[in-house]
Amino acid sequence: MRINIIGAGLAGLSAAITLAENGVKSNLISSMQSERAQSVMAEGGINACLNTMGEDDTVENHIEDTMRGGVYLADNKAVRGLCENAPEIVKEFYKLGVPFQTNENGIVQRNFGGQKKKRTAFVKSSTGKMLMTALIDAVRRYEIEGVIKRYPHHVLQQLHIRDNKCQGVTVNDNYTGESVTFGGSVILASGGMNGLFSGLTTGTTQNTADVTAMCLENGVELANLEFVQYHPTTISIPGKRLLISEAARGEGGRLFVVKNGKPWYFMEEKYPELKNLMPRDVVSAEMVAVTSMPECEDQVYLDMTGLDKSVWKSRLSDLQEQVLHYLALDPAKKPVPVSPGIHYFMGGIWVDTEHRTSAQNLYAAGECACQYHGANRLGGNSLLGAVYGGKVAARTAMKESAPDKQTERKNVQPYTEASPAFRDSVSQILGNHLRILRSENDLNQALAELDLLQNKAANPAEIRLLALAKAMVNGALYRKESRGAHRRTDYPVINPDCQKQTIVKNTKVFYREINQL
Amino acid sequence: MKLTIEIIRQKDSASAPYKQTIELDALPDDTVATLLNKINARDDLKDINGNPVGTIHWQCSCLQKKCGACAMRINGSPALACDTKLSACKRGKLSLEPLRKFPTVRDLIVDRSLMMENLRSIHNWLEQSAHHTGKAADLCYDASRCIQCGCCLEVCPNFMPDGDFYGAAAFVPASRILSQLPKGKKYDLVKKYGKHIYSGCGKSLSCHHICPAGIDIEHKLSNSNAVAVWKRFFK
Repeated sequence: MRINIIGAGLAGLSAAITLAENGVKSNLISSMQSERAQSVMAEGGINACLNTMGEDDTVENHIEDTMRGGVYLADNKAVRGLCENAPEIVKEFYKLGVPFQTNENGIVQRNFGGQKKKRTAFVKSSTGKMLMTALIDAVRRYEIEGVIKRYPHHVLQQLHIRDNKCQGVTVNDNYTGESVTFGGSVILASGGMNGLFSGLTTGTTQNTADVTAMCLENGVELANLEFVQYHPTTISIPGKRLLISEAARGEGGRLFVVKNGKPWYFMEEKYPELKNLMPRDVVSAEMVAVTSMPECEDQVYLDMTGLDKSVWKSRLSDLQEQVLHYLALDPAKKPVPVSPGIHYFMGGIWVDTEHRTSAQNLYAAGECACQYHGANRLGGNSLLGAVYGGKVAARTAMKESAPDKQTERKNVQPYTEASPAFRDSVSQILGNHLRILRSENDLNQALAELDLLQNKAANPAEIRLLALAKAMVNGALYRKESRGAHRRTDYPVINPDCQKQTIVKNTKVFYREINQL
Repeated sequence: MKLTIEIIRQKDSASAPYKQTIELDALPDDTVATLLNKINARDDLKDINGNPVGTIHWQCSCLQKKCGACAMRINGSPALACDTKLSACKRGKLSLEPLRKFPTVRDLIVDRSLMMENLRSIHNWLEQSAHHTGKAADLCYDASRCIQCGCCLEVCPNFMPDGDFYGAAAFVPASRILSQLPKGKKYDLVKKYGKHIYSGCGKSLSCHHICPAGIDIEHKLSNSNAVAVWKRFFK
């Protein structure tokens, strides 16, 4: 048995090493080597109830914060698994050599958005990179043994699904142009849908959304596409948005807007308990609200000038360097102008608690999958979700895969991809209309504009990208309420009847009870 | 700003490289990465001889100097395209070439698989649970930041693609592992270190100055040597 894994970021690596530890072989297929995956960009930390900060933290608290942060749209059973396994996952990374900051009680944890206890383990503001380096090194020993076989410049060209059963994949070698088909089960770990918002996200250009689009094309169900996370603190740099980690606020950074000539620390006034560390959906929406007020200026600032020198040195030196480099201003001395930017996709390929997709022998984990985060993800839960999801997907795939399903054959189909110009057109439409606040008018306008692109879609990759864009807008139209990252001006409150997942299958949209099937 | 760009193009690994010159207006605050994206979004661009430019093949991922994908020779030196502003171009001239120590795949894309292969060859992994010491924590952090871009190998006078010496792209990641091994066992990495790192390095330290991640490479080398050659394990 050899299982095919698409994507070599944190979720893909986690799946590969889980399989390898159980003696199961895998093909680890990725468009670039793991060092280029988006996981290396994750900054602030990874959540786990280690209870090292004297705050009587419990796993139940972690579950509660995750469910509340996701506005009760996550699968409770899955979230329980995530949070219960989190401490062990962080300890495993420590054993793999991740230099987490420690003190006499063990691994130090910092405050993070939407969490009432200090629960985020970290290495400065480079946690994703540190986890990735450790895991890449750990996976390497299985590469030597041939247990994990890397295909580091290969992209998914075709998902073979017949009668709702996944038979394997055809992948294309970016360097030679040759294609090869592998039979067997498939774990998708291909990342979020940045490619629908080209140039508008904090993530990588390599997360093109093509794998998710291919799922839609093949009748695999997608879920909750309308939940797009706008991170409150990003800045514009050439070609993209740059994240200023939530760690800045976790360590004491404050948001203000100039109101009637004076700084107004609006989050502290409006939310006295969690203040600047409210969940990201709330902070971003408040930033839109205050900058629309006539008495306020239209720029929000992140004020880190009150932070101790020791915090800058031991916990945020990399963040300070980054801001100095890109904005030529020292965040220790001057507030940083920030605005919300697209950072994460809570929705994606529908999976059940065991990470099965709606097609047999096809699994998904990491940001490409819709799991754990409900209507809004908490900071520090994405690294955790990727590692844990990869493990669960691997265990399920291993149990359900037929041992004799391993074939390999050359294939000669031409590979096509969406042109940058076509991608930019789709991105412009979605960026204009799928903002933090949406309305039926906006969304219908988006659909009309996407329809005009129909004739310009010149190849299969462009046709399915357009279909995915429409599916996302249709999901947003279907959900007639405001919840988490989905805020409708025409339906401004939560509707308890909508505490369900929005499922898109082919061109149909419908609700499904959470944790059903 | 008026910009004259000289790019070394190559259709595929079997074709001969050729130089193409393009003149265009560019923004000084744009990076080389942004410029390449803008060129590729245009289908009407012609070079100074009137030939169509077409798509310039290059690699990029994070666009914020965290992934190493976009390393290439920029004005004669290896650098990240996302980290080089056009304002740094002297006399309005920009030259772009693929890294020379790796086989060219197409245009500015090179095959850097060799770096992965070398790390496999020296068995760069922890053979047992990490031995954490306060002294090594900063070293581990700094070494773990290596983005495997290959710029260090490009400038190294001792690294050759078919040689035994693997360069900073191997010894920086190795320094992380070496600092976390407790004294005692005969580790594979320690055994292979002499041949593939210690005896090949001429200490020119050109790698130290070129690293786009700003890793203190000299520090990593001296610490790795201390452990692997002199058996001074971290306590």
